[in-house]
Amino acid sequence: MKPTRICKIKGKLVPVPGANMDTDRIIPARFLKCITFDELAGKMFYDERFNADGSPKGHPIDAPQYAGSTIIIGGENFGCGSSREHAPQAILRSGIRAIVAESFAEIFFGNSSGTGLPCVCASPNDLAEIRQQITRHPETVWTLDLETMQLSAGTENHPVRMPEEPREAFLQGRWDSVAELLKSREAVEEKASTLPCPHTVY
Amino acid sequence: MRKTLYQKVWDAHAVGKLPDGRTQLFIATHYVHEVTSPQAFAMLRELGLPVLHPERTFATVDHIIPTDNQSEPFADARAQAMLDALRNNCKQFGIRFFDLPGGQQGIVHMVGPELGISQPGMTIVCGDSHTATHGAMGAVAMGIGSTQVRDVLAAQSLAMSPLKVRRVRIEGQLGRGVSAKDVALHIIGRLGAQGGLGYAYEFAGSAICSMGMDGRLTLCNMAIEGGARCGYVNPDATTFEYLYGRPFAPSGAEWDAAVQRWSSFSSDADAVYDDEVSLDAADIEPTITWGISPDMSIGIGEAIPDPHEEPDAQKRAAMQTALEYMQLSPGDSLKGKAVDVVFIGSCTNGRISDFRTVAPLLKGRHVAQGIKALAVPGSQETARQCEEEGIAEIFREAGFEWRLPGCSMCLAMNPDRLEGSQLCASTSNRNFKGRQGSPTGRTLLMSPTLAAAAAVSGKVSDPREVFSNL
Repeated sequence: MKPTRICKIKGKLVPVPGANMDTDRIIPARFLKCITFDELAGKMFYDERFNADGSPKGHPIDAPQYAGSTIIIGGENFGCGSSREHAPQAILRSGIRAIVAESFAEIFFGNSSGTGLPCVCASPNDLAEIRQQITRHPETVWTLDLETMQLSAGTENHPVRMPEEPREAFLQGRWDSVAELLKSREAVEEKASTLPCPHTVY
Repeated sequence: MRKTLYQKVWDAHAVGKLPDGRTQLFIATHYVHEVTSPQAFAMLRELGLPVLHPERTFATVDHIIPTDNQSEPFADARAQAMLDALRNNCKQFGIRFFDLPGGQQGIVHMVGPELGISQPGMTIVCGDSHTATHGAMGAVAMGIGSTQVRDVLAAQSLAMSPLKVRRVRIEGQLGRGVSAKDVALHIIGRLGAQGGLGYAYEFAGSAICSMGMDGRLTLCNMAIEGGARCGYVNPDATTFEYLYGRPFAPSGAEWDAAVQRWSSFSSDADAVYDDEVSLDAADIEPTITWGISPDMSIGIGEAIPDPHEEPDAQKRAAMQTALEYMQLSPGDSLKGKAVDVVFIGSCTNGRISDFRTVAPLLKGRHVAQGIKALAVPGSQETARQCEEEGIAEIFREAGFEWRLPGCSMCLAMNPDRLEGSQLCASTSNRNFKGRQGSPTGRTLLMSPTLAAAAAVSGKVSDPREVFSNL
């Protein structure tokens, strides 16, 4: 449980098409019947990728040219819906290390930041260009650099955005927040003494 | 002055700044349930940390419990294991658990307000996106993930950045057969499922002021479906009246002081908002979704929109995907579409007011042949009230299966689920692909009144045409 600095993520890109990619589609609820995240590896986007009989639907994630990709290219409002951390956990445990999308749902973004999965935004135009690039050259290894905020490969350069605080947390290796929060225990206790608690109000 | 409720609550709970620039925000009330908490308790154990303020965390079980037979052990061993884990965690860490036998169990977003635990001016979190519900009490309430559940358990605080605030005003009087659910679907339809990203929604205006607490809870519940992590309503006489006498609300001499303190959190008259949107209550029809995102909705009398008329390519593609999945055609009316299942319940519409509204409509009527109709009170307290008031009996006589409290058919974590490509008239909150348990199941989101109309007519119907007593 020692967070490390996350500055650069290298790897192939895999497109996950569709706007409003909700967390029920990222990890269907039936896979949530567990008390650990251990069984989630390989289950990401399960019903998007497989038919009821288990036969593949031909999703890019399962296409041979995208095998081993570490960065997802998504659409608008990625991760909307349920707060299930199982969604970023399933993605992380399936080998993905970052997501680039047009926008992210708040809770998904927070969950991902807290579990070491950087989510960065790119403009619709840049995303369209990136999608064209990876269709033509799926084998290209790209670098997502959180210091320069660029997604690049060779002469290709695309600016990406992320709010300053989570970016700092990744760069400083402070993204696992519990250690930081516990440093201010006295201040927390002082706050607790001034704010009513439901069964002992006033 | 010039502050919104969101800013006041934020300031009152801010512990300090973290090195990365985020705020350490104190959490006044924390709820946990069986799906998103076991991982957090496991992380605590791994770190050897205690729960810092166990008196500020409350637990219940809702997602995985069957609603037909709740005797243990459950037929589903995994569901039983999740309940057992929660029991053990609550016992070990000294957390109050509203367990099945206690009479206070229910969907976590029903239980908190019903027991008077969720109060104005609080920061409230739970590992569940529909925590936005509690904002109806005049609180800042939001969903979090399991790692953040761990943070709250260990440090009673979270690393957060503040949201912007958008005031959504609804002025005027709601029409006949139009409820808070229709208002919610209307707002999401207008502003988009991603329209609230980065915002807390303050619901205001005369239509909201005249809305009862249950309606406000329904409205705030759906804020997250519009992308807003929090939705809230300023506390007023309706809020205080609702809280008065509830088990965890202050009483006696403390009551007046509490009301005074609660009132002080209301947005100032001259508060500055980051954005404002005004909608006319008269424009809101009984509303129903046709797609696979909650913003894909129409008034009951309207035609399903045509993707070819949508200029934005991404939206057009999403509409086409949705129509294909829902097996619907542009230009068609939803009215008259035969449904297979009707579900009245969930943290959106499983409240006493929902059942009180529908019961008189169902009296003397019967569910259409071949329809599976489920009525699921959201909590044991609501179930008791429905029995006492004769509501449960009306539902049973009308041919509904009257079930035991739980999340039921809102999501696929218990035995209540769709089969194949069944079409469901549902009062829940999400119409996502596969949400109700079958990867090809189809959901039409609507109010309890619309769902009742679908139940008795066997097809999507305008309740104003079905129920003369509406």
